[in-house]
Amino acid sequence: MHPTEPKLLRAYGDRDGDGMVQLSFTLPLPPSARAREAARRFAEAHGLHEPHVTTMEACAEGFTYFVVYGHSRHSVDVSRIEVPELKEQPLTRDEVDQRIKTRLGRKIVLVGACTGSDAHTVGIDAILNYKGYAGDKGLESYKGFEVHNLGAQVENAALAARALALGADAVLVSQVVTQRNCHKENGAALVELLTRKGQRDGLVLLFGGPRIDHKLALELGFDAGFGPGTKPSDVASFLVHRLCGEA
Amino acid sequence: MAQVPVDESVVSACRRHAAAIADDVQTYVDRHTTVGVERTVARALGALGADDQGAPLANVLVDRYQAAGLLGHGIALPLGRALVRGAASVREAAERLAYGPDIDLLGPGPALGEVRRSLETATAAALAAIDGARTDREARKAALPPAREPLRYVIVATGNIYDDATQTRAAAFAGADIVAVIRATAQSLLDYVPEGPTTEGFGGTFATQENFRIIRRAADEASREYGRYVHQTNYSSGLCMAEIAWMGAVERLDMLLNDAMYGILFRDINMCRTFVDQYVSRRIVARAGIVINTGEDNYLTTADAVEKAHTVLASQFINEALAHRAGLADAQIGLGHAYEIDPRIEDSFLLEIAQAQLVRQVFDRHPIKWMPPTKHKTGDIFQSHVQDALFNLVGVTTRQSIELLGMFSEAVHNPLLMDRYLSLKAANYVFSAARHLGEEIEWRRGGRVEQRARQVLGEAHALLGEVERRTIWDAIERGAFADVKRTRHGGKGYAGVAAREPGYLNPLLEALEA
Ligand code: B12
Repeated sequence: MHPTEPKLLRAYGDRDGDGMVQLSFTLPLPPSARAREAARRFAEAHGLHEPHVTTMEACAEGFTYFVVYGHSRHSVDVSRIEVPELKEQPLTRDEVDQRIKTRLGRKIVLVGACTGSDAHTVGIDAILNYKGYAGDKGLESYKGFEVHNLGAQVENAALAARALALGADAVLVSQVVTQRNCHKENGAALVELLTRKGQRDGLVLLFGGPRIDHKLALELGFDAGFGPGTKPSDVASFLVHRLCGEA
Repeated sequence: MAQVPVDESVVSACRRHAAAIADDVQTYVDRHTTVGVERTVARALGALGADDQGAPLANVLVDRYQAAGLLGHGIALPLGRALVRGAASVREAAERLAYGPDIDLLGPGPALGEVRRSLETATAAALAAIDGARTDREARKAALPPAREPLRYVIVATGNIYDDATQTRAAAFAGADIVAVIRATAQSLLDYVPEGPTTEGFGGTFATQENFRIIRRAADEASREYGRYVHQTNYSSGLCMAEIAWMGAVERLDMLLNDAMYGILFRDINMCRTFVDQYVSRRIVARAGIVINTGEDNYLTTADAVEKAHTVLASQFINEALAHRAGLADAQIGLGHAYEIDPRIEDSFLLEIAQAQLVRQVFDRHPIKWMPPTKHKTGDIFQSHVQDALFNLVGVTTRQSIELLGMFSEAVHNPLLMDRYLSLKAANYVFSAARHLGEEIEWRRGGRVEQRARQVLGEAHALLGEVERRTIWDAIERGAFADVKRTRHGGKGYAGVAAREPGYLNPLLEALEA
């Protein structure tokens, strides 16, 4: 392997390398010359060179809202960044159905739910239901998938039991509420439960939601993660690559 | 004046269909009660407090009667009988029945007339509590009149009621007229109301009577400080609709999210349960002078806002008819709708304005609740701020009454202090800059706005006719609203419904219905 050249990057404002960023925040003190200086130093402490406090306004009694511009001194070496990415080549609808038919000879059984106390169904519905998302039809519309959408507020134990009863090939989990990382806890708890019950190995386990990415999903023990803007066809391609092998 | 043509004969036909739909629901309601309703009666009559595990007395008591299959007589019956037999107060009666070795199985006992008389003092005290709160509100509003409409409504949701109080004052400073403390994620599915002040909650803060008091104090302080009445609101959908309405009435909430179908569609609560609960909760709210906010705006998060715009209007007619049956005046019925059309659609602004204007004219005596874009907000907060600016422009131009302000961080987190400040600052600007825009313009005859308004009203009329033919129960099973399907006996809380027995006793409801 070639040692990669370090590639240092800074934010681009008006000219290469100027590191220009803007920040907005609130400090719990009333506006004053001292408050302005406090905001400036606060920005400086974040690595901003020549911070310019462009707005200072009382936003509540004893609270001030600031907007600050400044040149960040920091840089990142992008040559050293490695992030797991889903790189499956996208398949057309016909390719998906064709491969499932010829290579598997039966439908792929999918069980999906939004779990825990989370009541957001729009995301999982967008992936599973016929209607789909942004003009891309959902997995229900494919001949090769048998879809069971359990809806929202489904407990992990109920999901595991249904997956078993339905002979699921893949389980699709959605988590939208993320306050204090409850999505991570919930996801990890499902993986643990499936492992304990001996169900984990036979399943492709997908995790999705607005704050989910592939890296996080892998860390939590899922097989793949899907974030904002995911289309049903992205998920279809992934499932076929995983479950139908390569030619 | 930027009016749209509204065919009054179609509006009347819509109201006739809605009346028939509501009468059908009411027939069911009048023959049933629920654990939530009976807990409300118990609390109102004085069964307050909780055991050392936090289980409210009202729950322990009512669950015992439901388990014994006796709830259909009304919890007031055993309470009254215990009073006749010497209990010193309703609370003492309730404690005996809840924690004693045996319950009163309602066999032969004191005459019904005597039982009724024994409950008169407690019933009068209950009514006095909510009447007092109403009088207090009216006096305060006379002394410190609220701001001009659209009233600026913001949400606080820190999870900690003391932070919520700080944020309430902060919001009022920046111009808020209405503060809503949004509830913790799973509260609507709890079949009891927690007690005391709470400092932990995901996605919001628990609704408890003590928490209502804490925010009331903060809002009253802010009212005095900024010279205008600051309203408090909370949410009642879920398994405790009537109890929360009761607590809100006692603690002088000014508004309450209270929709006849939201719990069914968005929290999967059983429809029989919800229809009974919404009725009793609305009876309380009606007497207390609280303004309800309905939740049709939510339909446009699960269904498409262009294709299903008429379902919002149809549902508003149904919510209105049900509210009338619970004694609410038009001025108390804050029907909800929202700016949720995909911003990528050409002329989305015109479609939004057509709908907002139509709703304003059809329900011209109602304090219409106008909700901001949420579903098509993304993490690009700057773009979101622009979406909210257009929303504010529609709100002021079409004279919406209550405007829940959009947050640029909608797709990110519950609003921060700063987010709310910027939202209020922007709304203040747009409301002032375009204050009389609606009076100065007219829509082109036969133009896009007019056509859209006519189309939506026509489709709502057709849908209401269909719902009447099928009945609302069946229509919900088929997904008529929000693209969500629910079965009549499915969902949460059905076990808490009981058929009323002949001689069902509920002095609180009788007084509210009188
Ligand atoms: C619509 C909505 C609702 C509706 C939900 C209706 C329904 N049946 O789903 C209603 C009004 C009921 C609602 C209620 C609440 N909500 Co809400 N809601 C939203 C809103 C506006 C849009 C979400 C949405 O539908 N997005 C569109 C879909 C298509 O996007 P998506 O979910 O990201 O899905 C895509 C991808 O992520 C991915 N994906 C998602 N899941 C999966 C799964 C798999 C397997 C795969 C492969 C892909 C995948 O594919 C989808 C298509 O690309 C967001 C704000 C926002 N703009 O994001 C708030 C938001 C999510 N809600 C929020 C909150 C707090 C709540 C409440 C808790 C409020 C309360 N206290 O009552 C309640 C929740 C109650 C509960 N028990 O969960 C917060 C969450 C904060 C956080 N980060 O934790 C948000 C961000 C709003 C906010 N700023 O406060 N909400």
